[in-house]
Amino acid sequence: MSGVRVLVGTRKGAFVLTADGKRDQWKVSGPHFSGWEIYHLKGSPADPDRIYASQCSGWSGQVIQRSDDGGATFQPVGNQFSYDGTPGTHQWYDGTPHPWEFERVWHLEPSLDDPDTVYAGVEDAGLFKSADGGKSWQELPGLRGHGSGSSWQPGAGGMCLHTIILDPATPSRMYAAISAAGAFRSDDEGKTWRPVNRGLHSEGIPDEDAEVGHCVHRIAMHPSRPEVLYMQKHWDVMRTDDAGENWREISGNLPTDFGFPIDVHAHEPETIYVVPITSDSEHFPPDGRLRVYRSRTGGDEWEPLTSGLPQQNCYVNVYRDAMAVDSLDDCGIYFGTTGGQVYASADAGDNWAPIVRDLPAVLSVEVQTLP
Amino acid sequence: MIRVILPAHLRRLASVDGEVRLEVTGPVSQRSVLDALEGRYPMLRGTIRDQDSQKRRAFIRFFACEEDLSHEAPDTPLPEAVASGTEPYLIVGAMAGG
Repeated sequence: MSGVRVLVGTRKGAFVLTADGKRDQWKVSGPHFSGWEIYHLKGSPADPDRIYASQCSGWSGQVIQRSDDGGATFQPVGNQFSYDGTPGTHQWYDGTPHPWEFERVWHLEPSLDDPDTVYAGVEDAGLFKSADGGKSWQELPGLRGHGSGSSWQPGAGGMCLHTIILDPATPSRMYAAISAAGAFRSDDEGKTWRPVNRGLHSEGIPDEDAEVGHCVHRIAMHPSRPEVLYMQKHWDVMRTDDAGENWREISGNLPTDFGFPIDVHAHEPETIYVVPITSDSEHFPPDGRLRVYRSRTGGDEWEPLTSGLPQQNCYVNVYRDAMAVDSLDDCGIYFGTTGGQVYASADAGDNWAPIVRDLPAVLSVEVQTLP
Repeated sequence: MIRVILPAHLRRLASVDGEVRLEVTGPVSQRSVLDALEGRYPMLRGTIRDQDSQKRRAFIRFFACEEDLSHEAPDTPLPEAVASGTEPYLIVGAMAGG
């Protein structure tokens, strides 16, 4: 019988949650890497037993872990992330030049077809690639070096490259998103890059329509329509139908268009999910009610999903990498909160139930659909 | 024989229990001890000192013989009590948890 494996990164370790296709009885494994921050774990689409994990701590920095047995055991692999050449500077919060300094890996994106190839999005924003299962890492310097890098500034969470999307139809094409620089696209396997932010408006920067400087929080794609991307920006939910050349706002009737995650239904490319958050200073749901909003029309028209979610006194946040979908026939949706809950819906969001309630603050949620 | 005590989070990472005992050839300094430690346990590279600059990570401290050696030059000889194995060399996570 098919099943799912949910990979949860938290402030104090990783947890692996497994269930069969019904997704109503769960086995919880963990904490793995107890005491360490686990920013992200993700399995290889080409080999579900291969999982990569980003482990870090204020004491001892970055470690990359790799599992070859579906998360039962992990081994440390390479953790040397050296920027290519002389790193140069980006802007600091006060506008002064600040040297590029590696802080941590925010996101790991395994190749679609090679378990040994994996990309890492890091803070300070840069993109690295490993072709040997994480043992060694090389920067793809064309992103930082494309021309605007010296003007990038950090968002409140640091200057992180948090989103990496690989185009399944055009293997040479990939996307990256950076807070607070914006979205970028490469059409030559990551060698060269250009900003793709036309249509974004950000009131927090001097030129609201600037080519770079936008605080993109998350981008999502459906593999059947890779030219369509959905974006949750600092404020505004956005959509492009031409691979990022032009964006338009699709916030519609959302109660607030601030938030972090965004994701797409596994079988319905026009069905998308966000978790509205009150504001940039109030990182909790409006009115203390935790609501996922779903649009079945590719944006603009949204409906709240509340069944099984707390509708009073709820003041948690949902981070940008903490939502995922499985690809079972009845698409499952998952998200984790800063309060340590991981919620699952086995019916595309109509009904929710917590898998676990009391983990450390959840940083990331990914799901693997198993045969 | 040099005795090294790691903080708990690095003992788990390196899968070791208790003290680490190392043979160090040549002068016994913080650099030579850390080189030997990282040679035996490659997964510790970058977790105690930066892999490029070799500087101590900000929230790691080095103690021995009730002294803080964190700010000593890396090639300064360690105390004879450490070099002889009488006293351990302590790698400590600074009081900055969370």
